[in-house]
Amino acid sequence: MQFTINGETHDVEPDIRASLLDVLREHVGLTGTKKGCDHGQCGACTVLVNGRRINSCLTLAVMHQDDDILTIEGLGSADNLHPMQAAFVKHDGYQCGYCTPGQICSAVGMLDEVKKGWPSHVSDKLDSVSLSNDEISERMSGNLCRCSAYPNIVDAISEVSGLTPAQKEAADA
Amino acid sequence: MSTTNALKMDKPVPDSLLDTSTQGIIGKPLDRKEGPLKVSGAATYAAEYQIENLAYGVLVGAPFGKGKITGIDSDVAKALPGVIDVVTDFDKFLTTPAQGLAPKAPQGVENVQYFGEIVAIVLAESFEAARDAAQQVVINHEAADDGRYDFEALKGEAEKPAKGDIPSHFSQGDLDKAMTDAPVTLDVTFTTPSQNSAAMEPHASIATWDDSGMLTLHGSYQMPGNDVEQLAAALGVSKSKVRIVARYVGGGFGSKLGIAPESVAAALAAKALGRPVKAVMARQQVFDATVRRSNTEQRIRLAATADGKLTAMGHETLTSNLPDDDYFEPTGQATHFMYAAENREINHDIVRLDWLLSGSMRAPGEAVGMLALEGAMDELAEKLGIDPIEFRKINEPEMDPEKGVPHSSRELVRCMDVGATSFGWDKRNATPGTRREGEWLVGIGMAAAARANMLQPSEARVTLSATGRATVETDMTDIGTGTYTILGQIAGEVLGLPLEHVDVELGDTNFPTAAGSGGSFGAGSSGTSVYLAAEAIREKIAKAMGVDVDALTLKDGHAVADNRRVPLGELAGEGIVAIGSIKPGKQEKEKTQSSYGAHFAEVGVNAVTGEVRVRRMLGVFAAGRILNAKTARSQCLGGMTFGIGTALTEDLIHDPRNGKLVNRDLAEYHLPVNADVPQLEVEFLEERDIHANPMHAKGIGELGISGAGAAIANAVYNATGIRVRDYPLTLDKILEGLPEL
Ligand code: FES
Ligand code: FES
Repeated sequence: MQFTINGETHDVEPDIRASLLDVLREHVGLTGTKKGCDHGQCGACTVLVNGRRINSCLTLAVMHQDDDILTIEGLGSADNLHPMQAAFVKHDGYQCGYCTPGQICSAVGMLDEVKKGWPSHVSDKLDSVSLSNDEISERMSGNLCRCSAYPNIVDAISEVSGLTPAQKEAADA
Repeated sequence: MSTTNALKMDKPVPDSLLDTSTQGIIGKPLDRKEGPLKVSGAATYAAEYQIENLAYGVLVGAPFGKGKITGIDSDVAKALPGVIDVVTDFDKFLTTPAQGLAPKAPQGVENVQYFGEIVAIVLAESFEAARDAAQQVVINHEAADDGRYDFEALKGEAEKPAKGDIPSHFSQGDLDKAMTDAPVTLDVTFTTPSQNSAAMEPHASIATWDDSGMLTLHGSYQMPGNDVEQLAAALGVSKSKVRIVARYVGGGFGSKLGIAPESVAAALAAKALGRPVKAVMARQQVFDATVRRSNTEQRIRLAATADGKLTAMGHETLTSNLPDDDYFEPTGQATHFMYAAENREINHDIVRLDWLLSGSMRAPGEAVGMLALEGAMDELAEKLGIDPIEFRKINEPEMDPEKGVPHSSRELVRCMDVGATSFGWDKRNATPGTRREGEWLVGIGMAAAARANMLQPSEARVTLSATGRATVETDMTDIGTGTYTILGQIAGEVLGLPLEHVDVELGDTNFPTAAGSGGSFGAGSSGTSVYLAAEAIREKIAKAMGVDVDALTLKDGHAVADNRRVPLGELAGEGIVAIGSIKPGKQEKEKTQSSYGAHFAEVGVNAVTGEVRVRRMLGVFAAGRILNAKTARSQCLGGMTFGIGTALTEDLIHDPRNGKLVNRDLAEYHLPVNADVPQLEVEFLEERDIHANPMHAKGIGELGISGAGAAIANAVYNATGIRVRDYPLTLDKILEGLPEL
């Protein structure tokens, strides 16, 4: 079968029992995507599939024929960081770094969901969403961070979301 | 040729090079050196090394509590496609992980001691095949008829732990008499459940033996220098034949101090197969078979005069552990020196249970001990009608109340004062249950924080090359603590180099042996070793320049003295190599050393459901010199969030019939998630501790958790008038006491 990872086409013959996560880490050699629980409970394995964030441990690789998969390595590299990656460095949005690729992929996917106007559990209105800290926290709660960089993660995402400080204050109020 | 600059901390070191140097990077909130690697997925954790001809190992745990294995039936497993073998070793497999700093780990698995103990490893060509086959391994056993699984039923049989490093019992004066004589007393019991560190990276090892019989283990470990001894002892090989590599560790919090079962299983299997083996614990196995923080039952007795002077303090704790392990959660650690009181009784006893090992988790002792002590202080302050901060100030001890020695530095009062102002403590209504916002009852609480400061032997090598760059090498680890960055900052500050000109190599036992990451002693100990090595290089530079070292200024890669400015590389010749070596000394006994802080929390308690939400939280800390304001703040954020988990959600439940963990995954064991944690605030006070080390810095990694949960519980009381002494404060414990709707 075939799928695209970070813009490159890969021909793979995965074990039918293999999760997308294990194929990425053990077969393709892309270990940036992490395994924290293998059960969809931590978000460390978050990647973007056709632009949407998913837990790659909860999906079998064989379900992804022709899919477009973006991992942390595809988002940016150490010497050419994606703005979200750079913001995580600047705001210290990590400590041990193990949940971090998942947080970053999740954040990128999440901003796209907001752009599309998808409301969340804490949204005041269903038809227009403004990205307050509460919105960010709520939408990022599928990504555990035991080091607990949460406040810094919120700051990093908030910066990238492109709101001016004044807009931000208005959204938080 | 390298020189060694060794120091034993027998005397205070009043002058620090970090104060007289001019590079100006120490303490600055610089970004992490390894940051770009971490955010781009290029930092390599234990299980991620690409090693040829790797076999996949999946561990098998005993699906029963205490009992004897009568046979392992692996025929079906072995017959599955892709399966290579099923390996076990009744003598050598680890019974439990090693405790941190222990010389060795308990071994032997024929007599299973607790539910989930790792007893075999299935090896296959793929992870999928190994995982599948592991389900097919049948472990036959005879259950023991004397299994002890029920804490409540057995707590009457607690024993005094064997003599160890931390004394388990302490008594001074007459607590009972003081309790009878005092006008105001408090006698309350707090309970805290077992907890799991739940580092996001599960324990993992890749074991590779070379032809000369040398083992390299890529492992997720906090203290490679000590772990290498434990691993060599477990395998029965010389320490010189084992190397551990742990460049990136995905969190530890105590759970990766000592070697865990997967390391020995992988090493034995790799030997048997004659090829490298990777073994990663499943998340459920991390819960079942690594280490927990013990549950505790803590009785606090306090006696005071009418004007709030404590006359007696009692802190008696029951913890639990396996029959052969004398580790106990030292809940009274800070109680020893927190507050003045003549009559004191601080005891710890162990209830012997056939549950998984209990051992260190972030701030062993203070993390749960201060929940009880600081909760009780809040209760007694109210009884006395004294403001909780004022009450603590009244009982501020001038000297260590037990040892009679001075504090090395102690800024608790200032932490409370600064915090009170920043947080708006004056807006707290002392009468509980009086502030309501819609559905929410709102309250404010505070608690003091303390975490004992320690120093451990540690060594590092620093090399100044002819190119003018410096390299730091030590087997110290960075488990999220910021080690790569602060060691670079220390070397750069002393040598006059920008951070980018210092390379830091960590986590490899081929390098000089460091303290490792544990007990908040990592930065102070390994940082000092780097400081000392750099100091020795400074002296050589002065010599090369022909000037007195005190006349030398090092800045931006240049040495300046005697009206000359020379690039460091030119003075380095072939390269200057120095080893720094620090050892603890008399200062630990002559002064009581601790970091201090004060936590403030505002909570909302839902008047309908009893749900508790933390709305605001501030921690003010004094921990000596702060080496990097950004990473230090993050350490405190992490600790405070552990405090939120401890206060509200974390609760590891043991089945009283067989000791099995009921909630052994991240869906059922509730860590705080992003939405549970508001934008926490952290403030550091300027402080220097000349008794701690030449950098004047104290530990900070565990200070943030100490007392944090108590501030939340005290805020819940202030919001509702409900005292919950049984952690965590889940809504079922609050609901009943809420006002009628
Ligand atoms: S590894 Fe996929 S959610 Fe935890
Ligand atoms: S950075 Fe360690 S778990 Fe998030």
